[in-house]
Amino acid sequence: MVQYQSQFDAPFAALSDATRRGVLEQLVQSDASITQLADRFGMTLTGMKKHVSVLEHAGLVATRKVGRVRTCRLGPRTLADEAAWIERYRQLWANRFNALDTIVEELIEQENADGRETRK
Amino acid sequence: MAAKLANSLAEIKDGTTTERTSDRELLITRTFKCPAHLVFKAWTTPELLKRWWAPESFGIKLVGCEVDARTGGRYRFLFDVPGQTEPFAFFGKYLEVTPPERLVWTNEEGDDGSVTTLTLVEKDGKTHLVLRDLYPSKDALDAALASESTGAYPEQFVQLDLVLASAE
Repeated sequence: MVQYQSQFDAPFAALSDATRRGVLEQLVQSDASITQLADRFGMTLTGMKKHVSVLEHAGLVATRKVGRVRTCRLGPRTLADEAAWIERYRQLWANRFNALDTIVEELIEQENADGRETRK
Repeated sequence: MAAKLANSLAEIKDGTTTERTSDRELLITRTFKCPAHLVFKAWTTPELLKRWWAPESFGIKLVGCEVDARTGGRYRFLFDVPGQTEPFAFFGKYLEVTPPERLVWTNEEGDDGSVTTLTLVEKDGKTHLVLRDLYPSKDALDAALASESTGAYPEQFVQLDLVLASAE
């Protein structure tokens, strides 16, 4: 059997765990060391290192070691799909504006009707 | 590249464009076939906002809408999201209200929220709309973009819900 490995397998697997999703939410707020993350989630340093390593492998987290402290931040993959995000953002506004078209058409009719009223 | 091309094609189709214009800013444009004061009215009247800010196709409802459209006045939108017990609240302050051409407001539901500027320019009976979403820092905009995968920001979460619902 051919094993098909999608480019999304690693991130999906990484996101399947509640702690790892929590770590990402934390890193959206601010960068953090592995020790801080372990404290925050009530885990051992070894346990947190494993989670961070899964996230790092998936490209969701990047780490950098300065002296004895390893600092974690959001990784390249979370930013890589910017164009796709912007397109969804555009669709959100396009949908709103289509609904707004209907509203302004009504307002135009209303103004025309009011205009006829006052001319009477 | 593929995403950018798809984006350009969609822009041609429905006339709404979006672009990241700098580290901190997103820009949206659209033209309406009506005078500016009508777009401005639709943007500042709760009964009208309820009908277009979250159109029916989105699958979520704008259930509460308070708007004090004066400089320094506040707004508060409440969204009912299926599967969520508590409605999501979006709120902030109007920094500038100049009918019918300029509306500036803050987005205060999260840390590092953007300041949004709506500009309406009327010409030959048509109105060109420009919406600028300016974040306090590059990190704040990056975080907003990244948060979609983590669901950390309720606003993006709702936006994703909206888009998914409207795509069905």
